[in-house]
Order: sequence, then structure tokens, then C-alpha cells
Amino acid sequence: MDITVNILLTIATAATPLLIAAIGELVVERSGVLNLGVEGMMIMGAVGGFGAGYLTGSPWIGLLAAIALGAVFSLLFAVMTLSLATNQVATGLSLTLLGLGLSGMMGTSFVGQPGARLPNLDIPGLTAMPVIGRLLFGQDPIFYISIALTAAVMWFLFKTRTGLTLRSIGDSHTSAHALGIRVIRYRYLAVIFGGACAGLAGGHLSLVYTPQWVENMTAGRGWIALALVVFASWRPWRVLAGAYIFGAVWIGQLHAQAFGIPVPSQLLSSLPYLATIVVLVLISRNKRLTMMNTPASLGQPFVPDR
Amino acid sequence: MKKLLVALITAAAALSLTATAEAQEKLKACWVYTGPIGDFGYSYQHDQGRLDVEKALGDKVETAYLENVSEGPDADRAFERLAREGCKIIFGTSFGFMDPEVKVAKKFPDVMFEHATGYKMAENLGIYNARFYEGRYILGQIAARQSKSGVAGYIVSFPIPEVVMGINSFMLGAQSIKPDFKAKIVWINSWFDPGKEADAAKALFDQGADIIVQHTDSTAPLQVAEERGLQGFGQSSDMIKFAPKAQLTSIVDDWGPYYIGRVKAALDGTWKPGNVWLGIKDGAVKMAPYTNMPDDVKAMAEATEKKIVEGWNPFTGPIAKQDGTPWLKEGEVADDPTLLGMNFYVKGVDDKLPQ
Repeated sequence: MDITVNILLTIATAATPLLIAAIGELVVERSGVLNLGVEGMMIMGAVGGFGAGYLTGSPWIGLLAAIALGAVFSLLFAVMTLSLATNQVATGLSLTLLGLGLSGMMGTSFVGQPGARLPNLDIPGLTAMPVIGRLLFGQDPIFYISIALTAAVMWFLFKTRTGLTLRSIGDSHTSAHALGIRVIRYRYLAVIFGGACAGLAGGHLSLVYTPQWVENMTAGRGWIALALVVFASWRPWRVLAGAYIFGAVWIGQLHAQAFGIPVPSQLLSSLPYLATIVVLVLISRNKRLTMMNTPASLGQPFVPDR
Repeated sequence: MKKLLVALITAAAALSLTATAEAQEKLKACWVYTGPIGDFGYSYQHDQGRLDVEKALGDKVETAYLENVSEGPDADRAFERLAREGCKIIFGTSFGFMDPEVKVAKKFPDVMFEHATGYKMAENLGIYNARFYEGRYILGQIAARQSKSGVAGYIVSFPIPEVVMGINSFMLGAQSIKPDFKAKIVWINSWFDPGKEADAAKALFDQGADIIVQHTDSTAPLQVAEERGLQGFGQSSDMIKFAPKAQLTSIVDDWGPYYIGRVKAALDGTWKPGNVWLGIKDGAVKMAPYTNMPDDVKAMAEATEKKIVEGWNPFTGPIAKQDGTPWLKEGEVADDPTLLGMNFYVKGVDDKLPQ
């Protein structure tokens, strides 16, 4: 029983940063903007979170710094693509490269320093309960934020008027503009939200997952988050499911190896990616549903005629 | 997408060269790293060696480096770029740079090349390596003494000879203390991914291991050990700060003396391609202070270290292969080419070697 709980906890830790970054990107893409800079914003959040936590000694300040740095960094992307109407794919890619380089430079003095870790939740009486205690009441604070965030985004996109407006912009920015909706303003806010989420995901890496700063510590998780959004066909609950499937397959293969199941490790390591492809194929079999969910003006620059 | 990213990163890393072209009379020495210099592990230690060269030879040399260069065909461009930019001696520090370096060395016969951990040489390409397996034997002995469950968790990157040799040496060390000692082995197919390394450590601990050994480069597994109140070994650099209660010792790579010697030879014009394999006695492999263990375990570790310095090789027979067939006879010592090409496990390793 104990080992099951431990495995579930490990899966949750592995899935949380993917979930948060993907949920943020989902909102961005729902507004019709494709930001490939997730990895860059994430690593900025990681270095900012670690740095602030390390310098002040408070991981909570680190957490706020991670969110802030991700948001500020995404603003750069917003100004370029929304105000100056640059190509979103190219700008997003350069944002990733800039983030990887800049974070390495900012973090030079943090290398080799142990940092502050966000404490796990500990509610007297509840956390100590057998089995469900640690699962429900004993995880790190960002885990709870990630679940709440998913629910909030779900509610926002599909149950509020503003959410509907955001989705309509993503489907046709010209029509939305003709209706008098301030397309650029909405997109700015969406991109900044995405940046804040990516920053928070990075903060999870450097404040909870592995409390340290090392260059490139995101190790491609931003790209996995991007893939998850497509995998989930732009539906928040599917992002949640996808992140956890991804985490479960990954942790499962580690356990299979440690258990001595004689399967080639390369195959086991590629399982999460194979799983992604299989699910993508299954999902895209239903063309109508895919069309319905894909934001139609995704990735197209919008220049309002004045 | 990942490929494109990797290519772009290589390009970006190339741009970050700290090179200037004006100082002609200075010798330009250059390094290529597979990881970031901020990994606080393998690449970090090589870069410390580069800094040692700068310190020791001062204004006679100028150094430059490329970090995050992925192994394989992408590396060609990195080496070629350095050669074109006037580097006179170039150190490639990762196994996967071997073929690219051989290729580029042929194109630039006037440039001196050095490759770490590989086995291919050329007229202007020397090779160097460190006998990390010597340290791993000591780790095995300590693990066998410290472990209560009799099971160690071993996180590994890729099934190359260097790594296989490490596993074998560790197991020989452990079995010399406890013949039935077990190691659970997990391949993560990456040299550096703190998250994955942490996950692997958690999985191994969950399955009953109580000592963690790694042949990957980050401090993450030790941090997990610290959190769980268990123990483990650092890798490449002294990681005691990350795990003050968990780190038993660490194999520390010290490339400084070798690099200084080679760059000096290049300056004097006496450089020739060499084939050296440095160990504990040469100071290239160092053991971090033995901590968090009883005095008698520490004394045992120190005694083994002394024995190795005096010339004893952990791969001294009798040793059988995994399937029980004899490999080395009583007193027979494995020769270096066999070790450098090692592609089999010794007896007692509980894993199937990925091919």
C-alpha cells in the first residue's frame, strides 16, 4: 500500500509542471496565439524562483518571483507578435532560445548552491490519515494550485462571457474585431497569463521537484506541455488527463526497470511519447470534433485596420 | 521540433563564444562540452580545468568554449567552427564527440585535437580519460557496508563501455564485502535531466534500495536521498552541500593538471597525440571526504584507495562474466583495451545490458 501511495505522489510531482504550463498555453492558443516560447518562459521562472528563494531565504517569495518573471518574459513575446505583428512561430522559438541563454547567465552564481524547498502541506489530523492522508492533504502547494487552476480555466473558458469572447477571438479575430471586441488587449492578457503559468511551472521545478538551479533544468518539459495542448485538443480536462497519463507512463517504466522486467530500456523510455502519438491518432479519427475544438485563427498575426 | 531546437541551441551556443581575434601571438585553446557548464557535474568539472589553464598560463593563452553541444552529427559544426576561428588545440569532452572529432581533425591537420573517454586516434588527435572505475570500486565497498537492505539503486545514462565498466567495478567492490549484494539498475537514457533523475531515485527507493548510485550528472538523486533520510554518492563534483547527511563520498574529476600540461606542450611545440588514462594516483580522480559513515568503514575505504594508488586494479581476477563463464583467472588483470570496450556484465549484476 505504501509503495502505491509513493508511486502516486511521484506521478503527481512529475505531472504538475506539465499541467500548469500546458493549461497556460491552452488559454493562449484559445485566443488564437501560438507561443512556442513555453520552454524559455519556464526556465526563466525556474531561475527566478530559485534566485529569489535563495537570496531571500523564502521559497514563497521565490514562487511569486517565478510567476512574475514568466509573465514579464512573455510580455516581450506579446509586444513583438501582437503590437509589431511578427511571425509567432519564429518569435516563440527565439523566446525559448533567449530564455535558455539568459537564464544560464542569470543563474551563474546560483550553480552549486542548495536552495529553499516549498514545504508540503501538513494539516494536523488529516495528513496523518492512512493512504488518502498524504495524497489529499500532504502534497506540495503547487499541486493544489495546478488542480484549482485547471478547474478555474475550465469554468472561465466555457461558463463565462469573457471566456466565450476569448474563444471567439481565437476562432476569427476579424469577426471579433468587427464586433468591436478589443482583440489585441484580450490577446495580451492571454499571453501574459500563459507566461505566468509557464513561470509557475518553472518555479515548481526549482522549488519543489528538484530544489536547485542548473542550466537547462527544464530539459524539454516546455515542449511536452506544448504537445499536451494539441493532445488535449484544447480542452482543459484533457490536458489534466494527458499530463497525468504522461507522468504515469514515465514513472511506471522506471518502476518496471527497477523491478527487473526484461524490456529494453530505450523502448520503456520512449513509452510516454508513443502513448502521446497513439492518443493523438485516436483523437484525430473524429475530424468534426477536432475541427470544432481547434482555434481557427491560431498562429495568424492580426493587424487591425484603423 | 526537438531536433530543430537542438540545432538552434548549438547555433546560439556558438554565438556565445568568448573569443576575440586580435591577440595573434596567444595560443588559443578551446573546449567543447556536451552539457551546460552550470550542471555542477561533468561539464562543470571540465570547465574548472579550463579555468585552471587560464590561471596557470595567464596571458600566454586565450580560451574559449562551446557548451550544450549535442553528441552526434551536430558536433561536427561545433568543432569545425572552433578550428576555423583559430583554435590551435581543441578538447572534446564527451564520448559522443569521437567520430565528429576524427572527421574534423582530418580537415584541419594543423590543429591539435584531444578527445576524452573515446578510443579513436589520429595524427593530430590524442585521447585521454580518467579511471573513474577505481572510485566506483570504493563506492561499491562503502555501499555494501552501509546498506541495511543489501540493495543499491543505480541510475545510469547510456549503455556505453564507460558506464558498464562503472557498474561492474561497483559490483565487484560490493561483492568483495557482501557476496550476495544486489543493485537495481535504471536506465534513463539521458546524461542530464534533474527531474528524471529524481524520479528514478524515488522509484528505486520505493522498491527497497537504500543507497543511491548515479552515473548521470545532476545533484537531484542525492537530494531525494537526503529528503528520505537515506544515503548515496555524488558524481563528478563534491555535492555535499546538497546532501549534508546523505552523501557518503563523491568521485570528483580533476582535469586541471592534465589540461595545463597539454596546453603547455602545445605552447612549447612538444605536443604529440597521446593516449593516457589517468587514475586516483595521478590526481585526476579524487574522492570527496568520506562522510556520514562509521570510522571503520572510512578506514576500509581509505585502505582500498591506498591500495589502488599503489597500483592494484579493481579488475583483477578471478572474475566471472554475468552468465558464469570465467573471464579473468586468479591474479590476471584486465588490459585497458578490454576495459575501454567493455560490453558485458560481471557475475552478480541483476540486469540485462541494453544492446
